[in-house]
Amino acid sequence: MVVDLLRHAWLVARKDLYLEFRSRTAITSALVFTALVLVVFEHGRDPTAVATIDLAPSILWVTFSFAGMLTLNRAFNAELENQALDGLLLAPISRTSLFWGKLVANLAFVAVVQIAGLLLFTLFFNVPVWRVWAPLVAVMILATVGFIAVGTLFSAMVVRTRFAELMLPVLLLPFLLPPLIAAVEVTAKLLGGRPLSEVAGWFRLLAAFDVTFVTLATLLFPATVTE
Amino acid sequence: MTLVRSGRWITGIALLLVAGVYVRALVYTPVEIHQGLAQKIYYVHVPSAWSAMLAMGMVGLASILFLFLKDPRYDRFASASAEVGTAFSLVMLTTGPLWARPIWNTWWTWDARLTLTLMLFFLFVGYQVLRGAVTDPGLRARYAAVVGICGMVLLPFIHLSVYLFRTLHPMPIVLKPSKPSLPGSMLVTLLLSVGVFTLLYVGFVMQRYAIGERSDDA
Repeated sequence: MVVDLLRHAWLVARKDLYLEFRSRTAITSALVFTALVLVVFEHGRDPTAVATIDLAPSILWVTFSFAGMLTLNRAFNAELENQALDGLLLAPISRTSLFWGKLVANLAFVAVVQIAGLLLFTLFFNVPVWRVWAPLVAVMILATVGFIAVGTLFSAMVVRTRFAELMLPVLLLPFLLPPLIAAVEVTAKLLGGRPLSEVAGWFRLLAAFDVTFVTLATLLFPATVTE
Repeated sequence: MTLVRSGRWITGIALLLVAGVYVRALVYTPVEIHQGLAQKIYYVHVPSAWSAMLAMGMVGLASILFLFLKDPRYDRFASASAEVGTAFSLVMLTTGPLWARPIWNTWWTWDARLTLTLMLFFLFVGYQVLRGAVTDPGLRARYAAVVGICGMVLLPFIHLSVYLFRTLHPMPIVLKPSKPSLPGSMLVTLLLSVGVFTLLYVGFVMQRYAIGERSDDA
């Protein structure tokens, strides 16, 4: 039962990733977009007034937020053509598998963008991330999972509304804020060389957020596609 | 009596009681020693924040019931509650800066609670924008319910972050693990005010629900 659930989820995710890998339109645009946002940030500050290290956490997380938001519309947009979504819903897989598949594909997509973003960020801003790479990657994962779960859920709905591109950020940004605040706080402390014990509370908040919203989104997903 | 008329009566009574609470707040409740008269806005600010949170909670509960029972009345109630909640969060977001200007010497600050109550307001707005963007009533109700439930679940995270983030906002003094540290007479005024604002919420929602009933029938 659980094995089937996971296997079907993986099939859905693989289908999405194949589709993306063959065309590479979305991932290329997302990567270029990430690089461009970083460049815009660099030129949007006064280097003599604000030290890079003070601005670095915000730059990193605002870039990730924008990139994550842009990639979310992709997942269900692709299913609109030729009523592909109806086909998926008719397939003998549970709604949970479908949602998890979409979620995993989105997470993989965002992970690629974040890894590239982090590398470019290190290159452009000369911030010493290597000393703290492990906790930094942990906070990147924790801050992304819950948010992308809600995003995947909402994107399944907004593709069928008017003004979908604008609707998704309007609905989703309030849910981005708790993980964003936590991630920026943790990143700032880590880059500032503070001990891990100072950020333990934030890690717990992030973990609670992830567990809550992945569960909730899984439970609510059927309501967005049924009938 | 029709729903809309009882709603009107309750709203009227609640508005009179708001005036009554303010007589008590201004005449019979002591002036706070550090903040002076500015603190009196507390008796509007906190109850409207309460009503806004209550409204979001009710949106969430009605949404859960709707998804289980598929009864359009729950959807209509959630929609009414969201609209009333928007009004209360606007009151909260207006009275807050009015108080903050003399006390903090700034209208607004990006403190966690302020930021996230602003997000509560945006959640209400987003919820209603979404309703406006879906034409099919069945689909609209289900989509709205999903967003409503997620919004309700976000609330505890809003409250939690107040404790974690370095904050300017006064820490909770009534709803906290230890005993309320508000002086007795102020606490009574506050609780009366919260009660009255709850009544106001009920009155507003009843009227809004009645409007929803008529527009759905048309």
